[in-house]
Amino acid sequence: MGEVTLTIDGRQVTVPAGTSVLEAATQAGVKIPTLCYLEEINEIGSCRLCVVEIEGARTLAASCVTPAAQGMVVHTNTKQVREARRAVLELIISNHPFECLTCVRSGSCELQALAESLGIREIRFEGAKSHHSVDESTPSIVRDPDKCILCRRCVAVCEQVQGVSAINVSGRGFNSVVGPAGELPLNDVACTLCGQCVLVCPTGALSEVDSTREVWKALADPKKHVVVQTAPAIRVALGEEFGMEPGSIVTGQLVAGLRALGFDRVFDTNFTADLTILEEGNELLQRLQTGGTLPMITSCSPGWIKFIEHFYPDMLGNLSTCKSPQQMFGAIAKTYYAEKAGIDPADMYVVSIMPCTAKKFECERPEMRSSGYKDVDAVLTTRELARMLREAGIDPSTLEADNYDAPLGIGTGAAVIFGATGGVMEAALRTVYEVVMQKELPSLDLREVRGFEGIKEAQVVLGDTTVRVAVAHTLANARKLLERVRSGEASYHFIEIMACPGGCIGGGGQPIGTNTERRLQRIEATYQADRELPLRKSHENPEVKQLYDEFLGEPLGHKSHELLHTHYTARGISSKH
Amino acid sequence: MGCCETSSAGDITDITPEQWAKADEIIARYKGQRGVLIPCLHEIQQVVGYLPLEVQERVAAGLDIPVADVYSVITFYALFTTKPKGKHKVGVCLGTACYVRGGEKILDKVEHALGIKAGDTTPDRLFSIQVMRCIGACGLGPVMTVDDDIYARIKPERVPEVLKKYS
Ligand code: SF4
Ligand code: SF4
Ligand code: SF4
Ligand code: FES
Repeated sequence: MGEVTLTIDGRQVTVPAGTSVLEAATQAGVKIPTLCYLEEINEIGSCRLCVVEIEGARTLAASCVTPAAQGMVVHTNTKQVREARRAVLELIISNHPFECLTCVRSGSCELQALAESLGIREIRFEGAKSHHSVDESTPSIVRDPDKCILCRRCVAVCEQVQGVSAINVSGRGFNSVVGPAGELPLNDVACTLCGQCVLVCPTGALSEVDSTREVWKALADPKKHVVVQTAPAIRVALGEEFGMEPGSIVTGQLVAGLRALGFDRVFDTNFTADLTILEEGNELLQRLQTGGTLPMITSCSPGWIKFIEHFYPDMLGNLSTCKSPQQMFGAIAKTYYAEKAGIDPADMYVVSIMPCTAKKFECERPEMRSSGYKDVDAVLTTRELARMLREAGIDPSTLEADNYDAPLGIGTGAAVIFGATGGVMEAALRTVYEVVMQKELPSLDLREVRGFEGIKEAQVVLGDTTVRVAVAHTLANARKLLERVRSGEASYHFIEIMACPGGCIGGGGQPIGTNTERRLQRIEATYQADRELPLRKSHENPEVKQLYDEFLGEPLGHKSHELLHTHYTARGISSKH
Repeated sequence: MGCCETSSAGDITDITPEQWAKADEIIARYKGQRGVLIPCLHEIQQVVGYLPLEVQERVAAGLDIPVADVYSVITFYALFTTKPKGKHKVGVCLGTACYVRGGEKILDKVEHALGIKAGDTTPDRLFSIQVMRCIGACGLGPVMTVDDDIYARIKPERVPEVLKKYS
């Protein structure tokens, strides 16, 4: 492909042919406002906020869908362009509720930011506002269609990145609405609650179910012993909410911030990530040795679990029976830890900080009560934690690093990498290899399963078996991989699947503004954190060893089955369950 | 998961086994082809009369298209309806001429008399109301129709007695 040279606001820029005027402008350092555009995912030219003047053209052009051409002369800041932009924005706002003061997205809303940067002070158009009721049917995601600007970014992500297509635009013109078929509540359709749509929504039309009120209430209750666990992917993302560079590792400040909020104990999900590896690694070995169902597929990503329950219910037998680290934590906290600390589990309140909206659904599943109580009481996303910290006036970036509490506070490097695609696989192989071969892997870094490629494969020789493994992230890639397995085109022993792009570090509960670049920075930070830890293999975790010695007995033992393993529900895709 | 609650798109349907069989036949004919959603839906609507969610799901499964996409198409084209039509179709013209001659009052009256809104069908499936955009009888406005009968220069107070004629 050739290159073209064009002039944008007097600056010359050379780009590969086929590049859009918008991308060329970005490269030339010229900023054009956009709204419906989402790089590589939604390039449909529908909002027309990105219009520019092209010399020789009769009308203004939407720069996000206009290819750059040789010799093109583009102006992005003429009177005509500014007026057109303003008119578009005013039209959108004229059908938008004025609720910024109470809106969850105030401060991170693209519409609000545009109104501010374009200096909108009044709306010339006045008309009826469409009204649809708020959908609060799921435990994870709230839809408020009145705040929807019909940009379709969510529709595009759900279809192209996740391969789910739970939502689409229905109706025409003024009556258009984005949502599930039949305007059913989201809870009644095959939605995985992954939250990727929330992450790309420019406004408050899609957001997480807010659990901060319940958590504040528990913290204020002197009778409650409130413990918190932090998922691996929080420590490489929370800093962004407080203006730190993407990819900053803030583990110690995260702990300090949680302590300042008043949690009685600050524990780490990494502890149960290591525990998961011991259970799951042994489950894999057992399946290999006893002719169990293969490939075995990981089960720690609740969006993925809901996906397979809806779309591949015939393959539920392939899922590892291990609960996710979040749920293992809840079950262990309200049994082992309660006993050790002499606390009545009825008085214990377990909070998780998760990068994930689907985790809110997971903790509500009826089977997640093996301690005799609800194992995890409330899930906060990274965004909600940031809101609580801000409400309390705590800025973690200014805090001195603190350490996790014992006995559920030690995690190895293997647990840290649970946060990135390929990480669970790598962590499992570090342990499985050593258990079988009685020696360490030649290299603890399994490069084949790292990185952003959609589907990755590797082989590991374990004595006389060559174990074939595969890793997929995003549900569209999961679907591709499952189809290959089902058709017999490929065969594996072990598969890792994470629902979100890049794994949990790119989860639907992470800071707004998450994009591929930030995901890569968080992945980089994740592997750095792994390298810096003294212990990098799950089976070396001393607190996990102690847990088996004092309480569980052995992996896959009776107690483990009771507390750490689970079963799944075939859901299908029909709206009538 | 929520179950069997009433939804806006029609749930307890009265589609006969014969109609289902015909719908399945139509779907089977289009299976595996691309760009056939609209003709397929159109044929099925001619057999079944309308396209409730159950039918949409059947089509979605058959043609391997997400049901959200099927719904998106159905609600985009005025040709398709997700609600059953009544035995008698009451039309009220709201074209410009009828509108200025009080078409809206007629519509109000019809809606009130039948207890449903335009676009809906009475629970006994006897009547459905449709708004029309100019039927070319502007000189006779306001105009109301029931099936093939035209009621010209109708007055709101006459609406109930007109409706009584149909059962
Ligand atoms: S979505 Fe944005 S513009 Fe709309 S109320 Fe919320 S913050 Fe304000
Ligand atoms: S949560 Fe995930 S599956 Fe559900 S609508 Fe959003 S993107 Fe689609
Ligand atoms: S819900 Fe959000 S992302 Fe989806 S179309 Fe509306 S504004 Fe855009
Ligand atoms: S951003 Fe280009 S048309 Fe919306």
